[in-house]
Amino acid sequence: MGSQMAAIRQADVVASLNDVGLSHDGGGHFVLRHVSLTLERGEFVALLGPSGVGKSTLLRVLMGLMQPTEGQIGGAACMAGAHRAQAMERSRAMVFQDARLLPWRSVLRNVMFGLEGLHLNKSEKKARAQEALRLVGLEEAADRLPRRLSGGQRQRVGVARALTVNPDLLLMDEPFGALDPITRTSLQEELQRIWQQTHKTVLFVTHDIEEALRLATRIVVLAGGPPAGITGEIVLDMPERDPDSSAFRTYAARLRAMIAGEPDPGGEAYWRSAEI
Amino acid sequence: MIKKLSGSARMGLGLLGLVLFFGLWEGAVRTGLLPSGMVPAPSSLGPAWLDEVRGGFWQQAILDSLNHYLLGLLIGSVLGAGLGVLCGMLGLLDGLLEGIVRLLRPVPGLAWVPFAILWFGLSTAGATFVIAISVFWINFYAAHSAVRGVDPELYELASAFGHGSFVGRLCKIVLPASAPGIMAGLRTGLGQGWMSVVAAELFGVPGIGARMMQASSLLATDVVVVYMLTMAMLYAVTDFLFGFVRKWVLRWQP
Repeated sequence: MGSQMAAIRQADVVASLNDVGLSHDGGGHFVLRHVSLTLERGEFVALLGPSGVGKSTLLRVLMGLMQPTEGQIGGAACMAGAHRAQAMERSRAMVFQDARLLPWRSVLRNVMFGLEGLHLNKSEKKARAQEALRLVGLEEAADRLPRRLSGGQRQRVGVARALTVNPDLLLMDEPFGALDPITRTSLQEELQRIWQQTHKTVLFVTHDIEEALRLATRIVVLAGGPPAGITGEIVLDMPERDPDSSAFRTYAARLRAMIAGEPDPGGEAYWRSAEI
Repeated sequence: MIKKLSGSARMGLGLLGLVLFFGLWEGAVRTGLLPSGMVPAPSSLGPAWLDEVRGGFWQQAILDSLNHYLLGLLIGSVLGAGLGVLCGMLGLLDGLLEGIVRLLRPVPGLAWVPFAILWFGLSTAGATFVIAISVFWINFYAAHSAVRGVDPELYELASAFGHGSFVGRLCKIVLPASAPGIMAGLRTGLGQGWMSVVAAELFGVPGIGARMMQASSLLATDVVVVYMLTMAMLYAVTDFLFGFVRKWVLRWQP
């Protein structure tokens, strides 16, 4: 009975890092060290930390673009491997900060980029790409070239390109970091809607506390160093994401402390009593 | 400050310049300012051209030269651009070839003529070889630097979406991303190819270059100039036609 429970839990682990360290010079200086993190199916985890701390690096390790210097990677999405014969989807997909569209391809063909090489025929690929474009509200722009799009639209295409391969794990590297505040808020809302529709497991890198609080079910703070490590973690219990609510502000204060490396000032109750 | 002219004004001015050029030239020969034995009068070019056409020499020379040119261009461009792309992608190959490239690069196509004769004799192959060599380097360097200039973040993108293999990167990223540079190399090679046609045929392989040499040894300067202008025209035509290819390949560019 106990082992059965463990097996079920194991299957629900989409990705995990176990005591991972990363060094760019083969072990001399570590950027990250002793990082352990488990992502369970359907979670929306925000990886929060100051710029340059190694959040994107950690994302690339999970994506398989970089090998960790020490520690292990696990979980269903990361162990699936890139060479699944006759695969119709990919285990992981990534959204980049700079959208990173191919300027010579139309919007539709950019979205199809990740589908090429999968076991799908041409019309299936096209249908899936169109479906993903519909999800991000850009089906009208399918034939346009990327340079004809606004920054926000480009980022939507990047999201569609990642969603269309139907990944178990969606990795997002500060995808809205370069956008103006209005576009940014509307894309955050849209991402929230898409996540509620698809229930993808998401790891979302950001340095913006408010963005993390708006989107995530759980926030993991990466700070300190070098080498940086995980300095705190909060599971959010907040149905309404109103930045003016006291719960929101309490979480924000706790996260600021975690980023600064100060001890967790405690939960909401603690802050309520402190305010009185 | 240089004033920007409209397209039609530029064309008109260009034509005016040509008319002035030929007019002054004609005048200089007629007044004896230029010795007519050394410089043909422009008015003598038309009759000289008609003679060449009537004898069938002109058409034959163009066909022969086009044959050398197109074949040499094809071989030199494909090999040059191909090796340039490979060197741009593969650091090991690039390093291995760097010394050889530095050694051979400064050798002009004309210097290969003795070997062309030795290896291929007075044949189409010999002329093709000389043209191919001079086109090769232009395409090699154009493709090499274009591939080197490909944004490395696009390689990361390719890896993230399952195209991280050599062939994946080549087809999905490198070739389209470096197409503008490769096309610029091809275009420069188009001109360089015509220039080396003369060199390639100097040693007697029939064609425009050979016909020019025959004419000049007979001091038929008007015939020489007819073939000079013929070559200019052929270059203009090939460049014009290539413009369509380029536009189609790079239709995604602004």
